[in-house]
Amino acid sequence: MYVAVKGGERAILNSHKLLDEERRGDPRVPTLGLNQIEQQLGRAVDRVMTEGALYDRHLAALAIKQAQGDLVEAIFLLRAYRTTLPRFGYGVAIDTAAMAIRRRISATFKDLPGGQVLGATFDYTHRLLDFSLAGEHDSPPAAAVGPAPLDAAMPRVVDLLNLEGLIEEERPDPAKDRVSDLTREPLGFPAPRDMRLQNLARGDEGFLLGLGYSTQRGYGRNHPFAGEIRVGEVAVAFVPEELGFAIEIGEVTLTECQMINQFKGSKSHPPQFTRGYGLAFGHSERKTMAMALVDRALRGQELGEDGEAPAQDAEFVLYHSDNVEASGFVQHLKLPHYVDFQSELVMVRAMRAAQGEAAADD
Amino acid sequence: MTIEQSNGNSAAAETVLRQHWISVLAKANGRALELAYGDLAEPPSHERLRGPETGMVMVRGRAGGSGDPFNLGEMTVTRCTVRLADGQVGHGYVAGRDKRHAELAALFDALLQDPARRPSLTRSLIEPLLATQAAILAERARKAAATKVEFFTMVRGES
Repeated sequence: MYVAVKGGERAILNSHKLLDEERRGDPRVPTLGLNQIEQQLGRAVDRVMTEGALYDRHLAALAIKQAQGDLVEAIFLLRAYRTTLPRFGYGVAIDTAAMAIRRRISATFKDLPGGQVLGATFDYTHRLLDFSLAGEHDSPPAAAVGPAPLDAAMPRVVDLLNLEGLIEEERPDPAKDRVSDLTREPLGFPAPRDMRLQNLARGDEGFLLGLGYSTQRGYGRNHPFAGEIRVGEVAVAFVPEELGFAIEIGEVTLTECQMINQFKGSKSHPPQFTRGYGLAFGHSERKTMAMALVDRALRGQELGEDGEAPAQDAEFVLYHSDNVEASGFVQHLKLPHYVDFQSELVMVRAMRAAQGEAAADD
Repeated sequence: MTIEQSNGNSAAAETVLRQHWISVLAKANGRALELAYGDLAEPPSHERLRGPETGMVMVRGRAGGSGDPFNLGEMTVTRCTVRLADGQVGHGYVAGRDKRHAELAALFDALLQDPARRPSLTRSLIEPLLATQAAILAERARKAAATKVEFFTMVRGES
């Protein structure tokens, strides 16, 4: 049991002042502009928006600055802020097939209609520190510009190349009339896939990466291939009540990963490739790949697989994926537990005394 | 075709037109709308019926891209509803937290519904905004196109 404490106001106030001073650092160094964070620390902004579950680059940049670059703390700040805003409603489900592509690759199909597009990627870099960035001057040569834009139509690879029906299809269930929303309802089990996907989308990248990796190493192995990864802009549409028709309200940058997994079949399903899905705000490739691996692992039960591995255990995964909850519960251990500990002390002393008496009796 | 059907069709066509300009206004840069407002010969007086106010819309994806919808995460959205002196009402919904952008989007939505103003506003505002948006998209798509790659599968040697 946690018993509250009083006092310490002055120390806490001064601690916050010290925190502000340390956040600012040496005042002779120019302060960081939010536009600098947005522009030059874009992947951090993307992660904070994804796990903070709020798409707003400027707010994410502010959270990163305030949290001194502690991204889990920044995610907490963004989650807290969103509770102050009203919800206008639910958007129309986005169409990733209509994405304006920045990057689109497939590890399974070499020749794609529309082509393999590397875009801007850390892949194939040598991971050598670039000391030219250490100086003041950071003006890379302009990016190459192709003679023609990409094809306007860049269909999703898994839809296009569903050879002989060997890859399972994803179709909406016409009977399904509601979508779970974890911002309005708690996790419930068995968790339907929409609830799982929302949880994973908000889930901690590191946690999901470790779980995804565990499936590759044999804990719930499901032989994944990266069917397609795409990054780009997608329009978001919304139906305001007063208009009664859908309007586009803007665009979001998204990353989508379609994982294709070998499946030997079961009583109810023929042998075929099954799928795992990852979707995140911004350019968040590692996150979406990990999410897709875990999504597929969590489908084990529906596909009749023995679900013994951690990544296949929905309660284990979904209850521990949220870093705001996890961080809060782990870090609350730092708060004064004096009364709690005092009672434990009394108990241990009593146990020792009892043990001593028992020994003396022998 | 009956008159009723014809009216239905023209209402549908009107909706498509309106969806188009609302989309262009939402995706535009707020400053571009401010400049266009400054360029109006007679800036109309308007009153705010609602907002501008910032809230959120929940972005939805679909499992596997094409399956059942799920809630991905929210986005900030700012909305505004205005009424012109002649009674015409306009709505603005724009991603982000720029209140002036939402108000101007609502104002131009109201103006564009006026058949007398529409042709000139379409020419002076919507078409140039659309051209700018298309140019940005094309530039991005050409940079991406320069990174198109051909992978060759190498035959593994026997020795």
